[in-house]
Amino acid sequence: MKPKYTIAVTGLNNTDNPGPGVPVIRSLREAESFDVRIVGLAYENLEPGIYMENVCDKVYQIPYPSTGSDELMKRIEYIGKREKPDVLIPNFDAELFTFMKSEKYLKETGIKTFLPTIEQFEERHKSELPKFGKKYNFDIPFSKPVTKISDISELRYEFEYPLLVKGKFYDAYLAYTPAQVTEYFNKISAKWGVPIIIQEFIRGTEVNVAALGDGKGNTIAAVPMRKQYITDKGKAWGGITLGDEKLLEITRNLIQKTKWRGGMELEIIKTHSDKYYIIEINPRIPAWIYLAVGAGQNIPEALVKLALGETVEPFKTYDVGKMFIRYSYDLIGDISQFEKLSVTGEL
Amino acid sequence: MKLKKNIAVSESGFLFDPNTGDSFSVNETGKKIIELLKEEKTDDEIIKWFAENYEIDKLTFENNFYDFAAVLQNYHLTE
Repeated sequence: MKPKYTIAVTGLNNTDNPGPGVPVIRSLREAESFDVRIVGLAYENLEPGIYMENVCDKVYQIPYPSTGSDELMKRIEYIGKREKPDVLIPNFDAELFTFMKSEKYLKETGIKTFLPTIEQFEERHKSELPKFGKKYNFDIPFSKPVTKISDISELRYEFEYPLLVKGKFYDAYLAYTPAQVTEYFNKISAKWGVPIIIQEFIRGTEVNVAALGDGKGNTIAAVPMRKQYITDKGKAWGGITLGDEKLLEITRNLIQKTKWRGGMELEIIKTHSDKYYIIEINPRIPAWIYLAVGAGQNIPEALVKLALGETVEPFKTYDVGKMFIRYSYDLIGDISQFEKLSVTGEL
Repeated sequence: MKLKKNIAVSESGFLFDPNTGDSFSVNETGKKIIELLKEEKTDDEIIKWFAENYEIDKLTFENNFYDFAAVLQNYHLTE
């Protein structure tokens, strides 16, 4: 008989800018080695994953990390007492720091996580990426953090246009003029704060790798993908798994050198001359993770087992040429569901 | 000209490059050329095969063949 675990998952915003929560839950429900009871943790009361069938068994609203980590942890403690989750999988960049800082505390209350260390998390920040590249010997585009609008006019001495304007957690825009940089600076800083990261624009094809490190330098899973259909927010609406050995080599190398612990997504630009530049390292499972499951590597299942202290053998193969295509679908809900969640914070 | 080893070709003439995720469709003639390339035939052997099996003179085929070869090269399908 398979064991049954209670898993708490955030990122239920299955919108056109999707969080990884729903695909993570879908992957966990297909796990071969255990059954699950899912406790969904939602920040907004219209996150689609709250209302989707066969996604969450119970949903709790939680406060944004920006309201203070004490508030968030108090809520998690309350949920922990009631639901007794075995494992918690946070899926947002913006909440990771709080959960990483509280890892020990969570463990004491019986909730296990499998997250990168604070050092791993900090050194791969977009603003720190050039240093990361130097330290571990990876090709990284030149980039620089900017905190003031007055710095924008100076960018022409260090960058050629076009260049990329990026938020510290999300959002990226290609700017052709200083005026556009200013526009995007204002847009991104209003949402995510400063610094804004200015990054050299490398021409080529963007490829991504979803991976899992065991924290000892071993790559447990790695599946590369190319986006085939991209939304106006730059998100993958369709993608295909690749058999590019070089991408796997870069991933294994990075996990081995950093002893990466937990899920990650590498964003890489492959140039026409076959050079590979790492443009981002996301310290969590990506929203397209179900493609990796479809290709034969159930990364969320492996992550849960690692969190529970089990030994997990690295995946050796995956299917090349597996595709995913997202779709939108109208769910019919009832005001009573919305009411219950809004008034009690639970559903 | 050599086709990259990992290029997959289906019965219907659908090409898939697993390294880049790119896919292409070729017509019957293109499919035959790809098949011959997969059998590691040389350019001369391919040209000879077409001149013998199709109602086409060697020079006309050769011109079209090298155009097609340039397209394959442009898409990084050959080595």
